[in-house]
Amino acid sequence: MAKEKIEAPKLTGKIETPRIQPGASLACQHHKANEQFLTGLGYPSSLVENWQEKAIAKMGELLNKYKSLKLYLDICVRCGACADKCQFYLGTGDPKNTPVGRQELFRKVYRRYFTPAGKLLGNLAGAEDFTEEVLKEWYVYFHHCSQCRRCCVACPYGIDTAEISMAAREIMHSIGLGTKYVDEIILKVFNFGNNLGMQPKAIKNSLDFCEDEMKEAYEEKGIMDIDVKIPMDVEGAEVLLVVPSADFFASPHIESLLGYAKVFYQAGISWTLSSYASEAGNFGMFIGSYDGMQKVASRIGQAVRDLKVKRLVIGECGHAYRIAYSFWNTLIGPFDTLDKRYPIPQHICEFTYDLIKRGALRLDKEANDEFVVTYHDSCNIARATRMGDMPGGQFEIPRSIIKACCNKFVDMPQETIRENTFCCGGGAGLLTDEMMDIRIKGAMPRMQALKQVIDSHGVNFFALICAICKAQFTKIFPAYGLSMDMVGGVHQLVSRAIVLGAKE
Amino acid sequence: MAFEFNGKTYEADEDGYLLNLEDWSEDVANYIASTEEVEMTPAHWEVVNFLREYYEEYKIAPMIKILIKAMKNKFGPEKGNNAYLYELYPSGPAKQACKIAGLPKPTGCV
Repeated sequence: MAKEKIEAPKLTGKIETPRIQPGASLACQHHKANEQFLTGLGYPSSLVENWQEKAIAKMGELLNKYKSLKLYLDICVRCGACADKCQFYLGTGDPKNTPVGRQELFRKVYRRYFTPAGKLLGNLAGAEDFTEEVLKEWYVYFHHCSQCRRCCVACPYGIDTAEISMAAREIMHSIGLGTKYVDEIILKVFNFGNNLGMQPKAIKNSLDFCEDEMKEAYEEKGIMDIDVKIPMDVEGAEVLLVVPSADFFASPHIESLLGYAKVFYQAGISWTLSSYASEAGNFGMFIGSYDGMQKVASRIGQAVRDLKVKRLVIGECGHAYRIAYSFWNTLIGPFDTLDKRYPIPQHICEFTYDLIKRGALRLDKEANDEFVVTYHDSCNIARATRMGDMPGGQFEIPRSIIKACCNKFVDMPQETIRENTFCCGGGAGLLTDEMMDIRIKGAMPRMQALKQVIDSHGVNFFALICAICKAQFTKIFPAYGLSMDMVGGVHQLVSRAIVLGAKE
Repeated sequence: MAFEFNGKTYEADEDGYLLNLEDWSEDVANYIASTEEVEMTPAHWEVVNFLREYYEEYKIAPMIKILIKAMKNKFGPEKGNNAYLYELYPSGPAKQACKIAGLPKPTGCV
């Protein structure tokens, strides 16, 4: 069916806190995962009959396993500092999309079954039975959270809503309730090694095409001796690069892949992709599944061993770097065979920045003179990782790369960047067509901040280092009356500026 | 979510993508296109046919750049670009054209 056009908020350059509209985004719901996807991931095939009992038992299990979860549930004083920090509340006005409102859905069930006051006094102590109604709200609102953790920065106690939403999704899966978008993708990684379900032959064809394109482009400029390769499955290469599979398929993602390839070419460092570990992303985290996350990541550990590489580098993918940075060592480490002189794992931005600092790359900024660039910090990278060896390196390094490649760079307002960055509106499983309404509204704060620098500085390039951000903004820019051609990767800018060949 | 067309029931997913590749025909494609408010012209068919041939070989739709190149070779540079593909398929060439071509919806960060 042709869908109704969703009205995007008007671009004014102002981020205004909306009036409270209870239930405003209740109708925006994910398609449910079917039997095939649920059983494929090892969950019950549909909602189990005694779901309430099972869910409460699972909650008890998680409270014991993750002390942080219990702490977050106990310490909230309802100060409200988080309320206007969530882009999904700012975009929809739905009070259950405030972080505290979202947490409360979990907390009231927790009180009812796990605290003396809640057991004894019920409603009077803010407790509520885990009814079908409550479960319906869990399904909607815990899947409206992009696990971006912006609220966590604002909370005086550091309560992490992302962890609560992961636990809620884990509990729902244990009773046979998941979303189609995320579960289908995790199953594809189990079966094919990447989110797209791309087979090695298809990846190879995309890479061959890209090599030909690069060669043609150089030949058109009269440069005949540059032949940039994108190697796959090369045993004994120095570096294994793991990228989001969207880099083999989608635009503008692919442009950054060309950038990585050119950087390796110019650095003279041998590298390879892996057809077995052909996905940096790991949607297992989105549903709080430690086992799922480990199974997805295990392909990368295997590829490190099989290809006998010395270094492990991650491409432009937000949550992938969070998982690589914070979880890989536990999930698939220790990486005893890798070269300890380099970060394990290393972000492609660290890799490129290091070469720039050492003067190993020649970059022609004028090649990007048609652009006035701004940079959107991806939530997972901004608030859950570090790049380089200085505090805030995850903010500085991508910006330093852009400034080395472009003459014109401007930041968006301070309260919307770095650790205060907004989510693109598509993270943690929202990047699916049926969620377009909340995706467009959730992007509102970022779009208003962008509008300010479009008006003040004529920004016309929106640089990113996350595959979800790239796909999300490409889709929603037109809804806000902006061209999708403004959206691109940091290494897309590198790709345009880098001068290949022997140094003069 | 199945749909009825010409007295036959077609199995489809929640978004109307055919579940069985072999159910596809030009008539069904025209019908799906009409539900998307797309009127099929020779250029639209060129895209659909290219997607189907590519899928046959690689079990996935081609990346957009490959499709653009194919259109460029066939129709020249004015039509071999992203903007033209979006003119043909306003909801996005990857997803909307795949739907009309009877192919599964691409999944992931796309």
